Amino acid sequence: MRDRVVPPSGPTAWLTTFTAATMAFLAVFALALALASGRLADRWSEGLANSATIRISAPADQMERQTQVVLELLSTTPGVASARALTDDEQRRLLEPWFGPDLPISALPIPRLVEIIEASPGYDGEGLRQRLAAEAPGAILDDHTRWRRPLTVAAERLRFLGLVSILLIIGAMAAMVTLAANAALATNAQVIKVLRLVGARDSYIARAFVRRFTLRALGGAAIGTILGMLAVLALPSADAAGGFLTGLGFQGAGWLLPLLLPPLAAVIAFAATRFAAFRKLRELT
Amino acid sequence: MIAFDNVAYSYGGGELLSEVSLRLAPGSFHFLTGPSGAGKSTFLKLCYAELLPTAGRVTLFDREVRSLSRDDIARTRRRIGVVHQDVQFLDHLPLAANVTLPLTVSDRESSASDLADLLGWVGLGQMADALPPSLSGGERQRAAIARAVIIDPDVILADEPTGNVDWEMSLRLLTLLVELNRMGKTILIATHDLNLIRSAKSQVAARVLRIRNRRIQLAGADL
Repeated sequence: MRDRVVPPSGPTAWLTTFTAATMAFLAVFALALALASGRLADRWSEGLANSATIRISAPADQMERQTQVVLELLSTTPGVASARALTDDEQRRLLEPWFGPDLPISALPIPRLVEIIEASPGYDGEGLRQRLAAEAPGAILDDHTRWRRPLTVAAERLRFLGLVSILLIIGAMAAMVTLAANAALATNAQVIKVLRLVGARDSYIARAFVRRFTLRALGGAAIGTILGMLAVLALPSADAAGGFLTGLGFQGAGWLLPLLLPPLAAVIAFAATRFAAFRKLRELT
Repeated sequence: MIAFDNVAYSYGGGELLSEVSLRLAPGSFHFLTGPSGAGKSTFLKLCYAELLPTAGRVTLFDREVRSLSRDDIARTRRRIGVVHQDVQFLDHLPLAANVTLPLTVSDRESSASDLADLLGWVGLGQMADALPPSLSGGERQRAAIARAVIIDPDVILADEPTGNVDWEMSLRLLTLLVELNRMGKTILIATHDLNLIRSAKSQVAARVLRIRNRRIQLAGADL
């Protein structure tokens, strides 16, 4: 009966449901972006942190010997789990995106690359550089720090932006629900007057509005969340798209996180409507 | 029960009521009369704390109104039934739900038979499911009386309850209010209808208060 004391319809009903649905839909994407960015940052960070490359630049007749020297040096270096020289095919594949297929790699003065897999704990980078300088002057150690850091920072910032977007969406939804609640309270000023005349307390009147707006937000957010999750599900798969977009979506238990959005929307609507209702009721005195 | 001590009420720079001192004793029956705009409705609003005095003390059930919290005022209003000339209902709810509204907002329930008896007493027994906009002026006034008494208040305040109805209906409404007074309710009716007051005098020992020059006086026998 408490709900029924407020007239059942009005533009604010549709507005609240639509707003909650839209915000939940956007929040699903922001959440997917934040989670994907986090995974990307972790992947780049972990994947690159455990590997390094030695680039050997030497005249063609000395290349094999210097490569051998570097591999022998690495085999006696503590903290190096394994090391191997990339084959011509592997180097050709690395260059293919820039130079195209059928690159005559043997005819070009391309440095030889040696891949190092780091053990735990890792090797002493500075010590290794000094040994390389002494025994294989054409070999330069690249531990990926130079380009790993900006990538990781970029991914971390993307995650941060995703989380900020969620907060902004929550704030916008709270503002919209507050406006809608204020409009509903103003529209129903006569109803409030009657309720007060017969002895209704502010908390009773507020609850009638709060319950209604909370349920509308819950229903709208549930619809928006389901549509958002379906949209994320429909994104191209990793195999089809490649690149950064491969990770945009939810994985495993991550699919449960969007399900928190409808109850969160309900809590926000509850708090926003309650705040607006009590403030408006004091004004209407 | 309701006491005014040297009460004044000002609005928009002008004083509507001044130096009002009176007491409504339990079980009493009062009329409040005076010309339109004299301050009858303002006085009634002071009686159920919709307005607060700008000077003096209004005491409701032994508590000064200024000391009442918003919740206290709501609880106090459950002891005061109010009937307005332009009575307001929740138009989307049927008559029965409107009449039981004072019980609903105080989380109490009424039995179906009690409600049927009450609606029958005010002559609306067949209209429980009707929506308020479909009611006539007299039916709305009787519904307002039913709503005012359903919670068993100590006091009933009626502001021009016969203003929108014909003479026959006015007498019927008056009879209902007199019956309530015989049940022990304190009644205060604000009206400018002197014929209604004269009709009541034959049914009940009513005192007549008159607002003149912003003050409330006990009227003489000329009424």
